[in-house]
Amino acid sequence: MDKQTTAQEVVARLQDGMTIGIGGWGPRRKPMALVRELLRSPVKDLTVVAYGGADVGMLCAAGKVKKLVFAFVSLDFIPLEPYFRAARQQGAIDVMEIDEGMLLLGLKAAAMRIPFIPTAVGLGTDVLRHNPDLAVIDSPYDSKQWVAMPALKLDAALLHVDRADVRGVCQVKGPDLYMDDLFARAARHTYVSCDELVDSAYFAQGDEARYVHWERAATTAVVHAPGGAHPTSCAPLYGFDQAHFKHYAAGAREPDGWRQYHERYIACGEQEYLRRVGGIDAIRKLALPVF
Amino acid sequence: MTTMTATLIDTIACAAARAWQGDGEVLATGIGVLPRLAASLAMKSVNPDLMMTDSEAWLLSEPAPLGPRGDYVLQRETWMGFARIFDNVWSGRRHAMVAPTQIDRHGQANISMIGKDYGKPAVQMLGVRGFPGNSISHANSFFVPNHNRKVFVEGEVDMVASIGYNPARLPRGYQLDDIALRYVITNLCVMDFGGPGRQMRIISLHPGVTAQQVRDATGFPLHIPDHIPETAAPSCDELALIAQLDPHNLRATVLS
Repeated sequence: MDKQTTAQEVVARLQDGMTIGIGGWGPRRKPMALVRELLRSPVKDLTVVAYGGADVGMLCAAGKVKKLVFAFVSLDFIPLEPYFRAARQQGAIDVMEIDEGMLLLGLKAAAMRIPFIPTAVGLGTDVLRHNPDLAVIDSPYDSKQWVAMPALKLDAALLHVDRADVRGVCQVKGPDLYMDDLFARAARHTYVSCDELVDSAYFAQGDEARYVHWERAATTAVVHAPGGAHPTSCAPLYGFDQAHFKHYAAGAREPDGWRQYHERYIACGEQEYLRRVGGIDAIRKLALPVF
Repeated sequence: MTTMTATLIDTIACAAARAWQGDGEVLATGIGVLPRLAASLAMKSVNPDLMMTDSEAWLLSEPAPLGPRGDYVLQRETWMGFARIFDNVWSGRRHAMVAPTQIDRHGQANISMIGKDYGKPAVQMLGVRGFPGNSISHANSFFVPNHNRKVFVEGEVDMVASIGYNPARLPRGYQLDDIALRYVITNLCVMDFGGPGRQMRIISLHPGVTAQQVRDATGFPLHIPDHIPETAAPSCDELALIAQLDPHNLRATVLS
């Protein structure tokens, strides 16, 4: 089966009002080429589920987000994501703010096709007060209260990986998968961009198959997008682009900063984007961060 | 033995490191420069059984120095991606030190948002991150670099991101003993929750600080014992370890 397609074709399959999960974590291995294509489209009123970074900030800035399901939105070395912050402070988006682990459990429940997973996480906090739909239940086995974390079912998941073949075998060699396998399984359709498109024989070499973390049936379509995580990192291939993030965040302090960013880096199309950020060779030279 | 070169931040780092004394084999997580330095110092001094990450995806058999590492090679012992962090959190074998924006008299903490209107915050911050899960699962301590009434608020924090010793919010089937808030280390003093009814209590004052100063900088009543010792000065060994663990002196900017 040949699942290769284009970012435009992936976005053409997304519809207003859908629930979209976005893989990666903060400034790390976000499917930014797919997000940029989404920003170029008329699709709107999305519910976005993410361990958020600039993906969430940009979608907020562009008015695409109706509701955000999140535990944090951060660029890490710039702790506060400026466009997410502005959207919240303007009261522009609905939110379901939950613990990082609750988000994991919600994806896991969706992946397992069960309605909820019981957890102690969230008890005693305002996460319950601000999410009145989160049920607190009795256990058949003890006398404690438990939060019934509901399945976070996704209409679509957008992910970026190091490499993939056209059948949807996806490899992540970075030291952290984040929750990408859960996003892939929680979604009806999982769209994966990859830095390198390889032959299936690639995975038969050495221990390459050890870095494939979900089976291809969980991948709907594959998009070849070199540098497709930029400006976020795709370890071990490249680090995140601190200078680009600083420029992006500084723009949020200007009245038309987003319009300027959009014009320079989104509206121009992906080929021109890559050229404007220095090309794939420059991206591959971005140093991996040290903490 | 003490030396004249100990600065306030070194004294604070040593006091904070002692938070992990007696914890046994748990994951020590320090979020931010000072908590991370303190956790690293604890692993090199008061509790060598601690586990620690590289702040990315590996457990290390010895803490990595802060900042650029030069030739230093990480001493990895276990893969520890984010998903596995939650396995550890929910096991309870962790003690985290975090730096909240607000803390209240119950030890409830907030890093999410400031303001009375949750739908339209005056200041949006990070979000609750892992605070709800951390606070119900394992031991937690706090670091506050600027002890004042904006941090130590009079009422409840604007968004209760972590559960504290608040009987009104205690879930059914839970005891206050199920929650483990350990120490609050600030630029003025060290506190715990050892006062009557788990009231926050001053247990040591940094050199030159008075209990009255701390009281004035806190939005709720503290338990103030009759005799409060001065926070212990670092030993020569501790200062040497601090210099080794923070070779670029990142700690110098923590209190500014």
